[in-house]
Amino acid sequence: MPGEPQPQMDSNETDLIRRVCKGEPEAFEELVRPYERVVYITAISILKNSADAEEVAQEAVLKAFSNLPNFRAECKFSTWLVQITYNEARMKLRKDRRHLYDSVDDPQQGEQGDYSPRDFADWRPIPSESLESDEIRQALQNAINSLSSTYREIVNLRDIQDLSIKETATVLGIPEASVKTRLHRARLLLRDALAPGLDGCWRAKQEYRKVRPW
Amino acid sequence: MATIEISCVEIWREISNYLEGEISAELRDRMQAHFEVCKHCSAVLDGTRNVVELMGDGRVFPMPEGFRRRLYRKIRRR
Repeated sequence: MPGEPQPQMDSNETDLIRRVCKGEPEAFEELVRPYERVVYITAISILKNSADAEEVAQEAVLKAFSNLPNFRAECKFSTWLVQITYNEARMKLRKDRRHLYDSVDDPQQGEQGDYSPRDFADWRPIPSESLESDEIRQALQNAINSLSSTYREIVNLRDIQDLSIKETATVLGIPEASVKTRLHRARLLLRDALAPGLDGCWRAKQEYRKVRPW
Repeated sequence: MATIEISCVEIWREISNYLEGEISAELRDRMQAHFEVCKHCSAVLDGTRNVVELMGDGRVFPMPEGFRRRLYRKIRRR
């Protein structure tokens, strides 16, 4: 389309796509390899379960392979792949009817109204080594899983996978302004969930206690 | 100081956009001036920034062992 800004296509990716379409299926694995993790994280952020996420990831990759000749480079290949994975995961969720349970969202998580932090605990940066600890990783995963699916998806795409606001909007099919609003609320909810526990004195199963007198 | 003051509630509304750099220079300056004097808001800012950094760390969500090998299974079976 003349005048429309085209997304930057990686020339190596363009070449790999051409090779796959010309009947060289081995090139497909090379094309997808940098995004294997992205596919997995997208699926698990919606399904919350590793086995389901794997199944959906395999389906999504198969679908991308079959539909590759129809890929018109209107967005980046990675965005397209994430979009397919996202749709497959949503479809599985609907099929399993688990959304019936998932839809009971915490009313406090509504997008309307102002946010007030639950506390003002100082939170020092987490030392990088602590992420090697299963306990800390589990705490982070639990915090993400405690969000409603709307917020989980946003955090997954923007913060975990580092898609831009625009790409996140493309994948979800929502306006950029909604991405920003939801992202904002999701990050603050995560801060609320994590700040007390990771405030320099993190202990598993320890009751939350305020670390500042106010 | 020429900067117009901003309330804590307004700060909380814009923290994520502040981290994204998606605000006007004028608002950014007002927020910065607020963070310098408000311990509560700078604690919320630090915490939110930590969340963003932690979520972006690949070690938080490791892939299951053998995931890569199994990922292309359905294609290879065709």
